[in-house]
Amino acid sequence: MDSALLVHRIHFAFTVTFHYLFPQLTMGLAPLIVVLKTLGLRRNDETYHQAARFWAKIFGINFLLGVVTGIPMEFQFGTNWSHFSRYAGGVIGQTLAMEGMFAFFLESAFLGLFLYGEKRLSPRAHWWSAVAVFLGSWLSGYFIIATDAWMQHPVGYAKAADGSLQLSSFWALVLNPWAWWQYAHNMSGAAITGSIVMASVGAFYLLWGKFETHGRIFVRVGVIAGLIFSVLQLFPTGDGQGRMIAANQPVTLAAMEALFVGQSGAPLIILGQPNVAERKIDNPLEVPSALSFLTYREWAANVKGLDSFPQDLWPENVALLYYSYHIMVGLGTIFIAIMLVSAFLLWRGKLFSAHWMLWILLLALPFPYIANTAGWMTAELGRQPWLVYGLMRTADGYSKMVSAGNGMFTLLGFLGMYTVLGILFLFLVRREIEHGPVAEAVSQH
Amino acid sequence: METLWFMIVAVMVAAYVVLDGFDLGAGAIYLGAARTSEERRKILRAIGPVWDGNEVWLLAAGGTLYFAFPLLYASSFSGFYLPLMMVLWLLMLRGIGIELRGHMEHPVWMGFFDLIFCASSILLAIFFGAALGNVVRGVPLGVDGYFFEPLWTNFRVGANTGILDWYTILTGVIALVTLTAHGSLYIAVKTEHELNQRARTVALWAWPLQLVLTVIGLVATTYIRPAVLDNYKQHAIGYLIPVVVFGSLSLMIYAIRKGQDKLAFVGSALYIVGMLVGAAFALYPVVLPSSSNPAYNLTIYNTAAGRHGLTVGFTWWAIGMVLALGYFTLLFRMFRGKVQLEGEGY
Repeated sequence: MDSALLVHRIHFAFTVTFHYLFPQLTMGLAPLIVVLKTLGLRRNDETYHQAARFWAKIFGINFLLGVVTGIPMEFQFGTNWSHFSRYAGGVIGQTLAMEGMFAFFLESAFLGLFLYGEKRLSPRAHWWSAVAVFLGSWLSGYFIIATDAWMQHPVGYAKAADGSLQLSSFWALVLNPWAWWQYAHNMSGAAITGSIVMASVGAFYLLWGKFETHGRIFVRVGVIAGLIFSVLQLFPTGDGQGRMIAANQPVTLAAMEALFVGQSGAPLIILGQPNVAERKIDNPLEVPSALSFLTYREWAANVKGLDSFPQDLWPENVALLYYSYHIMVGLGTIFIAIMLVSAFLLWRGKLFSAHWMLWILLLALPFPYIANTAGWMTAELGRQPWLVYGLMRTADGYSKMVSAGNGMFTLLGFLGMYTVLGILFLFLVRREIEHGPVAEAVSQH
Repeated sequence: METLWFMIVAVMVAAYVVLDGFDLGAGAIYLGAARTSEERRKILRAIGPVWDGNEVWLLAAGGTLYFAFPLLYASSFSGFYLPLMMVLWLLMLRGIGIELRGHMEHPVWMGFFDLIFCASSILLAIFFGAALGNVVRGVPLGVDGYFFEPLWTNFRVGANTGILDWYTILTGVIALVTLTAHGSLYIAVKTEHELNQRARTVALWAWPLQLVLTVIGLVATTYIRPAVLDNYKQHAIGYLIPVVVFGSLSLMIYAIRKGQDKLAFVGSALYIVGMLVGAAFALYPVVLPSSSNPAYNLTIYNTAAGRHGLTVGFTWWAIGMVLALGYFTLLFRMFRGKVQLEGEGY
């Protein structure tokens, strides 16, 4: 692989992976904060308002990190992927510009009101500002998903005389069928992160024996939301997304499952290591015929394997794609199990005293981040070797004018910068959690 | 249609500079004008609810540029690769400086964040000015519409110049002085007593510098790129722009002397808009001149997206802009008036 290409790929992959650690929590927390604010208004209970204020602080820190690591994403379309931008900007410029106009303005203006304006606004107006922040963050997600969905499944474009792609149908782009499933699956994933983080912090307070009233609220809201969204994550959103890939990117599906040889009654591999050189799975643990059933709803259906496709159309990194996909699915399954047991204990009124379960909730905290990251790796590695599926290869899209040396310079800069940001973030969030929801009111500045 | 989008992008860039400009300027005078911790918190409180929204104008303008002129976006962003990445790092540091200071209740670290906020604000103002200087001066565009500029070469304006030469350094300094005055006047509007007085004093000192630099900048621009006068010669209405520039400068000094901070701030905003519109008017229809061969100039015509996309885009853009103006009116109305530290927010 050309070394400049490799540098630009790692550059984008690293910055976007780090970036998405933050929006997944803001998008996941936003609806939960609205729930807390609503409960506070309905029950006229100050505890819920304190809870909402506590999460607003965590939200604020996350939002800041999301913004400062998000700006480089928009820039990199031009700086590192200029040939792609020139080729496809006439189409995806639409969704990216719309994100700025419809989502960012809404989100940033009302976040200012939400964080700084509680005393100036009536309780109802403050509730509305929380709703506006929720709406803005979820809209933002849609425009980004629509952009990625277009790269996965290009629609609504026409080729111009100079070879670039130009928009031919606005609604086809905005209502891309690929975007619907991907959006539903992605937002549900973000909501799982929000739910587990909330439940985990609540479990921490209960185990600590401090802020227990708030801790119970956090655990209750987190577990109920977590159960709903972890089920939605599997069905219908994950299932829908999977069948869409089977229909439109069969080679991607074969690589995700590491199905080297096509067969009827294809097995679903639960564990095992893909051996790409010998085209087999080492140490397989599999469920016979399950892949055929999940994909086509028929136990004997024929699923195409990688052998049905020329190797230059295979995703380049079959093993990493396979692991990303399996980690995502494996963790998703574990989340459903954790949430089912927690919800059952909650229903029986035993959860708050079941220390073993609280410990599990506490330690679950990093895993939704891993699952969401693995999910995005599945989507993006699965699209390879294409940048725009079937139209432009990744190797043709990067900035030819920016040498590997210049790219490496800024990649190292981002590595250093993001290390500092990550440490600061952990330090600040830990501090807020230890202060708790009812510490002395600390002014923001 | 291309002309319309040229104007829209120009207006959005101007909106960004006027809005984020005052909080960049507030950062530039932050260490000098605010001495006590309380005064510093007042400055941060004055820009706290709005700076992030202001910065979104940069993103929105960038997104709109990408959408309307994809080739210009691709070419300029990859060509200005290094300085743009540094701008990103500075924007990060600055955001952290503003927002995280309040989370650290330790005097040592507060001082550290204060310094980061001030230094990154100053550097960003210079970078943005130098960026505009590069666009006016031209870059070594090749036949394929791409270029790559090193950070500096020999600091002379010429065929193989870098991002920084004497001209772009000059425009960087002009931007710093302009935004310093702009930010001082905003802080004067938002504060009382000593801080208000000191902010006014900064603006008063910056003014003569701004006047002299404006004149030098105009002369230097016509010297390095005489073509900037073409549009003015053809359309005499363009001469209104320098009238607005010098008129707004006069308004600034009049209002500062009279102690009318709001009026002075309006004058400063007008001055910034005048300077930017003047540059856009001089360039049109070129958007990035080639320093090697005028035939390689990037213009609104050879960089624009397809006609259908531009037409459809105008519909949603207009809707989005009306909404955005609504939010911002609401936001600035909610936080109007002088900054008080006690009993606000959390």
